[in-house]
Amino acid sequence: MELQDKVIKLVSEATKMDAANISLNTSFVDDLNLDSLDMVELMMKMEDEFGVEIPEDETENLKSIGDIVTYLKAKSH
Amino acid sequence: MIATYSDLKDKIILVTGAARGIGKSIALALSAQGAHVVFNYRGDESKAMSLKEGLEKVGGKATGLKFDVTDYESMTKAIDEFTKSVGPISGLVNNAGVSKDTLLLRLKPDEISSIIDTNLKGAMMVTQALSRNFLKAENVSIVHMSSIVGLMGNPSQAAYAASKAGLIGFSKSVAKELASRNLRSNVICPGFIQTDMTDALNEKAKEEYSKSIPLGRFGTSEEVANLTCFLLSRASSYLTGEVIKIDGGLYI
Repeated sequence: MELQDKVIKLVSEATKMDAANISLNTSFVDDLNLDSLDMVELMMKMEDEFGVEIPEDETENLKSIGDIVTYLKAKSH
Repeated sequence: MIATYSDLKDKIILVTGAARGIGKSIALALSAQGAHVVFNYRGDESKAMSLKEGLEKVGGKATGLKFDVTDYESMTKAIDEFTKSVGPISGLVNNAGVSKDTLLLRLKPDEISSIIDTNLKGAMMVTQALSRNFLKAENVSIVHMSSIVGLMGNPSQAAYAASKAGLIGFSKSVAKELASRNLRSNVICPGFIQTDMTDALNEKAKEEYSKSIPLGRFGTSEEVANLTCFLLSRASSYLTGEVIKIDGGLYI
């Protein structure tokens, strides 16, 4: 599975939002209505799933699915 | 008389300041319930080992972590190592505390710092260090050991009272911030309890204090431990952001 699809699947499970309605442009706050605590939990799930560490101060720049995918790709290189 | 709460069995609970006094009674009561008690210790390995053995003799597992509540770095390291290897901590008793009675006009800045750093900032840092872990745990309950003095004030205890009052605002904020994750945070305000801290009072003072307590006596640390077990258990599942006095009616 592509990284992008894995991220969307994970977000879909965490937010109970249909994966078909989630794309690279989907915003965590505006489209998924996540609050700051939801974001922390989501990042913790990303960390577990992809085996990376996402520092707290970097999560502020991760506003959309696309941001996360780009971030994770950069981390894996 | 110790009530039994079956859900405390195997619950992993960190108790700070468990070496003596109220903290030790709480650790023992939790062990008796079959909880996995985690306690911190500062230096003495042999004392930590004997506390661990004492707790395990009563029941349940016990683990000592070496850190001081004023040292954020060693605290986070010890806690992270523990939660990674054993599992999430789902109960916390912020009990570590110090007191030094001084008239306000003799109170030195470093004495204020020492009291606030341990009693208030220490509790805040331990709670903070555990906050990520709490998101992975279930039925989390936090108990902060404040004091009746934090509610009513006391001569010669200005800094101590301020640190204990501070815990109340902290606990209520934590209660609101993490309630959506079914985390609860409550405060206990003991009155006069028989411990090393109150043994230091002279007999005449103790007699005077007893007269001002409607139930006519000092409380025992077991009585405080009983309340703590109740707050950590799901028996108190709808109770959060609360401040409970346990003082024999002293502050009515």
